[in-house]
Amino acid sequence: MSTPLTREEVTRIAELARLELTPDEVDLFTRQLGDILGYVEQIRDLDTSGVTPTSHILNLPVERDDVIVEPLPRADALANAPDAATEAGLFKVPRVL
Amino acid sequence: MSTLVEQSARAIARDIATGRVKASEVCDAFLRRIEEEEPRIRAFNAVVHERAREMARAADAATVNRGTAPPLLGVPVAIKDNMCTAGVPTTASSRVLRGFVPPYSATVVTRLEAAGAIVIGKTNLDEFAMGSSTENSALGATRNPCDVTRTPGGSSGGSAAAVAARMAPISLGSDTGGSIRQPAAFCGLIGLKPTYGRVSRYGLLAFASSLDQIGPLARTAEDAAQVLQVIAGHDPRDATSSLEPVPDYLAAVPRGVAGLRIGVPRAFVGDGVDADVQQAFATALDRWRDAGATIVDVALPHAAHAIPVYYLIATAEASSNLARYDGVRYGHRARLEKGDGLHAMYDRTRDEGFGLEVKRRIMLGTYVLSAGYYDAYYLKAQQVRTLLRQDYQQAFAACDVVAMPTTPTAAFKLGEKTEDPLQMYLSDVFTVSANLTGLPAISVPAGQNADALPIGVQLTGRMFDEATLLAAAHALEA
Repeated sequence: MSTPLTREEVTRIAELARLELTPDEVDLFTRQLGDILGYVEQIRDLDTSGVTPTSHILNLPVERDDVIVEPLPRADALANAPDAATEAGLFKVPRVL
Repeated sequence: MSTLVEQSARAIARDIATGRVKASEVCDAFLRRIEEEEPRIRAFNAVVHERAREMARAADAATVNRGTAPPLLGVPVAIKDNMCTAGVPTTASSRVLRGFVPPYSATVVTRLEAAGAIVIGKTNLDEFAMGSSTENSALGATRNPCDVTRTPGGSSGGSAAAVAARMAPISLGSDTGGSIRQPAAFCGLIGLKPTYGRVSRYGLLAFASSLDQIGPLARTAEDAAQVLQVIAGHDPRDATSSLEPVPDYLAAVPRGVAGLRIGVPRAFVGDGVDADVQQAFATALDRWRDAGATIVDVALPHAAHAIPVYYLIATAEASSNLARYDGVRYGHRARLEKGDGLHAMYDRTRDEGFGLEVKRRIMLGTYVLSAGYYDAYYLKAQQVRTLLRQDYQQAFAACDVVAMPTTPTAAFKLGEKTEDPLQMYLSDVFTVSANLTGLPAISVPAGQNADALPIGVQLTGRMFDEATLLAAAHALEA
């Protein structure tokens, strides 16, 4: 009773998720995600009219004093980057334009 | 095997504080034990020999006043490798974080170290804590010390296996849908998922932010209480950490279960549970009853839907949280061809960096959040989550804790469920509700089956009532 999910839909979701899937992965996920969606379908039959959704258990306002604290040193923040212009304090990425 | 590695964390700390043994001797005993056992178990992504020895020497050099020794002085601790440790690589068992060395430590690590504990290594997990067997690891599977042809459970399988194999007396795991409790059950340990907000998650690599919680794995209720005592409490660096005062968990451990009302959702724990697990569960209930507890029936009508609700919410949150792994600031970046732009870098980095289960969940989460499906899946799941919370509120009118088996079966075989993700998901049927409701839950050892595999029973308590869970766990200790 799986929801039919097409290869085209899987490819579109992969684009949204920024994943360059291989053709084999697209095939595998078309089948497996279809199975999983078929299983989770069961909750669609439950009557939830008027039920407030829970997005979070502790819906408390969080406040703190606006105090400046020492941030992570810039060199430390850049130390893990695959490519960085450390002197200039910049992360480097491929050309965008 | 040195008898030192058989000691509880509390006994080790006491013996070091009173000068009966040196922290360095303890450290060396556990490092030797790791050398012997690790080739068989593969619990660790990294063992930090030198760092641990250095800290042990420092603990020995410091003059410790007997009365004021920190509670975990010189106690080795294993940390799940999705918690940041300054200067020590943190991988989440993912290729995408290859080479990442955190510039800071998670608050739980800082607190354990301030209490005298010594990090001995980082333990294996299902990549980004997504899995129930520790097989979804880019660094290979961990084996169950009770039977190396079986999984230790997951995702905190390395942390459970390390403690079960006496390679560390205590460890930290994280639990998003059962990832502390299920491996604890499979390896014969106590595993506690504290109340949502009880323990700071600063420095925990986020999986599903409305569900994730850090907690201890230990061989005794007292050790679990001790670790929770150290790591619990508000942290200004985690806005979701609670201001609720931290009670004295250690004092609560010996208080027993006299008068405790234990609710059992009979309809929910019937089908699909192995006979040996049913038997162990019934025996545990008898023992609690003999110790003064009352067993009452409760109903959790929506618990049967907890798995779909969980996999919709957890994957939706994961698809958002894991967007940060993009090859820019840390970890893996794909090798690019001439002319490749920024988007090709993102897409290829993420395809190469993530394993199949992580990609599957990112895909599912992206789908259920996408236009046209959001209301039908994600919003609906959030509404059923509310109904599940109401079920527990009603149950707690009639009882103080809810009992069920931790898992429907004892530890399954390596490879048994890897081809069928849905079957793997279904093994979390009893554990996910505690995460969806935010309630604290503990897995307690409840004997073994005919194959000498451990079985666990689970108790779920009221918000911030970990003390009662620890006391009930202690009551089952022989």
